Amino acid sequence: MSEFREKVRAWLAANVPGDEELETAKRFQTALYDAGFAGITWPEEFGGQGLTAAEQQIFDQESARYDLPTSVFRIGMGMCGPTIVDLGTPEQKARYIPPLLRGDEIWCQLFSEPGAGSDVASLQTRAVRDGDEWVINGQKVWTTVAHLADFGALLARTDPDVPKHQGLTMFLIDMHDPAVTVRPLKDMTGRAPFNEVYFENLRVPADAVLGQVGQGWLAAVTMLGHERVSIGGFVRKRHDPLAHANLAETARKYGRDTDPVVQAELAKLYAAERALALFNTRLRQEADAGTPPGARGSVAKLAGAQLMQQAVAVAGLIGGPRVAAWDPDDPAGDELALAINQTPSSSIAGGTDQIQRTIIGDRILGLPREPVVDRDVPFRELRVGTQRPA
Amino acid sequence: MQLVLDTEQQQLRSTVRKLLADHNHVRSVVDGDESYDRVLWRHLAELGLTGLVVPEEHGGAGAGHVERCLVLEELGRALAPVPFLASAVLAVDALMALGDTGLLPALASGERIGAVAVSGVDGSWGPAPVAATERDGGWVLEGTAPFVISGDVADVFVVYTESGWFVAEDARRTPLTTLDPTRGQAKLEFSATPARRLDTADPAAVLEKVRDLASVALAAEQVGGIAKVLETTVEYAKVRVQFGRAIGSYQSVKHACADLYSTSERAESLLRHAAWVADHEPEALPLAAATTQVFTGPAYFAAAASGLQLHGGIGYTWEHDAHLYYKRAKSSELLFGGQDEQLARLAGRLAEVR
Ligand SMILES: Cc1cc2nc3c(=O)[nH]c(=O)nc-3n(C[C@H](O)[C@H](O)[C@H](O)COP(=O)(O)OP(=O)(O)OC[C@H]3O[C@@H](n4cnc5c(N)ncnc54)[C@H](O)[C@@H]3O)c2cc1C
Repeated sequence: MSEFREKVRAWLAANVPGDEELETAKRFQTALYDAGFAGITWPEEFGGQGLTAAEQQIFDQESARYDLPTSVFRIGMGMCGPTIVDLGTPEQKARYIPPLLRGDEIWCQLFSEPGAGSDVASLQTRAVRDGDEWVINGQKVWTTVAHLADFGALLARTDPDVPKHQGLTMFLIDMHDPAVTVRPLKDMTGRAPFNEVYFENLRVPADAVLGQVGQGWLAAVTMLGHERVSIGGFVRKRHDPLAHANLAETARKYGRDTDPVVQAELAKLYAAERALALFNTRLRQEADAGTPPGARGSVAKLAGAQLMQQAVAVAGLIGGPRVAAWDPDDPAGDELALAINQTPSSSIAGGTDQIQRTIIGDRILGLPREPVVDRDVPFRELRVGTQRPA
Repeated sequence: MQLVLDTEQQQLRSTVRKLLADHNHVRSVVDGDESYDRVLWRHLAELGLTGLVVPEEHGGAGAGHVERCLVLEELGRALAPVPFLASAVLAVDALMALGDTGLLPALASGERIGAVAVSGVDGSWGPAPVAATERDGGWVLEGTAPFVISGDVADVFVVYTESGWFVAEDARRTPLTTLDPTRGQAKLEFSATPARRLDTADPAAVLEKVRDLASVALAAEQVGGIAKVLETTVEYAKVRVQFGRAIGSYQSVKHACADLYSTSERAESLLRHAAWVADHEPEALPLAAATTQVFTGPAYFAAAASGLQLHGGIGYTWEHDAHLYYKRAKSSELLFGGQDEQLARLAGRLAEVR
């Protein structure tokens, strides 16, 4: 194990680039792959390393000292890829997994719609069978990296005559098809990392279906499970200004490190950060021993979002007015502001805090579910978005 | 680092859980006249649990802190009214850290109960306001130790003073009235009480070590308490019906239960790590111990308060155990110098590691 660590350490020291440009990111992912550090726990037959969560953890620990330019691959590596490994045909796996691991192809997740966010199963994008093909029409929104993506995992309605969860199918689609239009959507930080995506008579072959026709909800749940673990287990970047170590550094810089209130709040933040990190380690050790995390990924996701909010409070305490206003040429001010402005996304994207709590209550604690009004009603008859029963 | 229990450890846990389930021990003290459950104490001793971390050559089981923490978790779950924390943790750890083995067999076997006097008048963790003077070739103690955990039932006292560590077997004890009815405390008065000096090069370092181990042990009790609160609250939310539905189907209740679960899982993770560190990486213990207490202390109280709330009126009645967890959680948070000291310790240690 320590040999693996040495290998990772030496490689990272020699290879991590200084910027996050797309071309740099792609080259870096390829280099990761060539060095044997891409898909550490993925099956070997598709280019993964077939190692355990323990090696993955070593890699994560060592790489946390750097800012790796890998965020553009997060949806592919954390969500779409693992779902294809779980549900894909041998052809799909052979086609999509190796280029994903090598960093040749970027993926996005096309679930949410304007009228279907938390209630994703109420989506309206339609896929209609036409001979050997499916024809897709509709709109998605908040689609992260769609503007850079080569492929997308799309959830569409293939049967409006059955209840909403039963009439869905997942498709693997080509984002470069002229029938796909991607429009950038600005988020509250002023950047545009996500998009609106429109489909106008997009034609895809029958073998674009991931899993079974009509079983799209199962595929979605599989992917959402990977998503929660991926988001919750996400390792803080080295320079994340809201990480405890960096806030402690900021406190020193501003001469706030001897204030007992600051010290106490930093200590609480440290304890919360450790609690979450150790919980993630435990999930991994359990996975290695044969118990998958299941819905427990929701705890990591929820606690992660709460940790960010706690860190924003501590940042305000430490920085005082400097958090509200700073010299235009002070990059530290900009970085902190960006981190503060990004924080709300952690409790919305990938399922809101409310939805995570419901998942924990229903699936882990076995509490009675809320009464549902739409489980047994054909989708066509539901009040969804602009649709009204005839 | 191993955060997942092995089969033997799981077995130990279920053995202790079964032992504690055979009887409502907590009520024997809360609603009875006894100040601790003697029968349960004897059972724990017979199973070798009171001497779990004592080396075999001194009459113990020679097990690790991971194992002792499992026992403490179960005791914390059941609010078992026994002087385990005082005797099998504080007294044993102090004597072991001091290299004084004479009393260990009696403590390990549960035949005698130890208590440690280590706090000032304001409850801070430090020298007890007791003076030690050398007289006729021996030592005598003079003064009052204000808050001694299980001091009401102990028969051996380990006392930390400005002049170092001492053992006394005699004191005038006044049981204190306690917020937590399941764990007694006493005021000990020494007047020309003969004592034996426990020589050590660095008495303050021993004190720190004892507090680190005690912080982890207390966290184990707290983690057990949180787990039990979670379990009973979820059970209740499934069966209590209001407005025609089980209350657990209402989101404000369900989401509070989810938060309890999240707290429980994270507290357990910190504990598993700290206990493992105590056995395998002692140099990392000071940081891990303080980190764990900073999280689990307030977390247990918040959990107990939330659990009580979700039980509604029944939770506020004497017959229900919810208030016992609430009281245990609050008073545990105030032990060993309280949260202020734990926060200061953690801050100090974080400053050291960089
Ligand atoms: C940064 C970012 C990136 C994203 N990336 C993607 C992506 O790549 N692909 C993709 O498909 N989607 C993406 N999303 C969309 C995201 O999944 C949704 O925004 C999210 O699931 C919430 O849905 P909504 O926005 O429609 O909010 P709504 O569902 O309308 O929720 C509004 C409020 O109501 C609450 N609420 C809703 N339903 C319930 C309920 N049953 N019980 C209690 N409270 C409830 C919510 O918690 C929230 O507080 C992204 C979002 C963000 C912010």
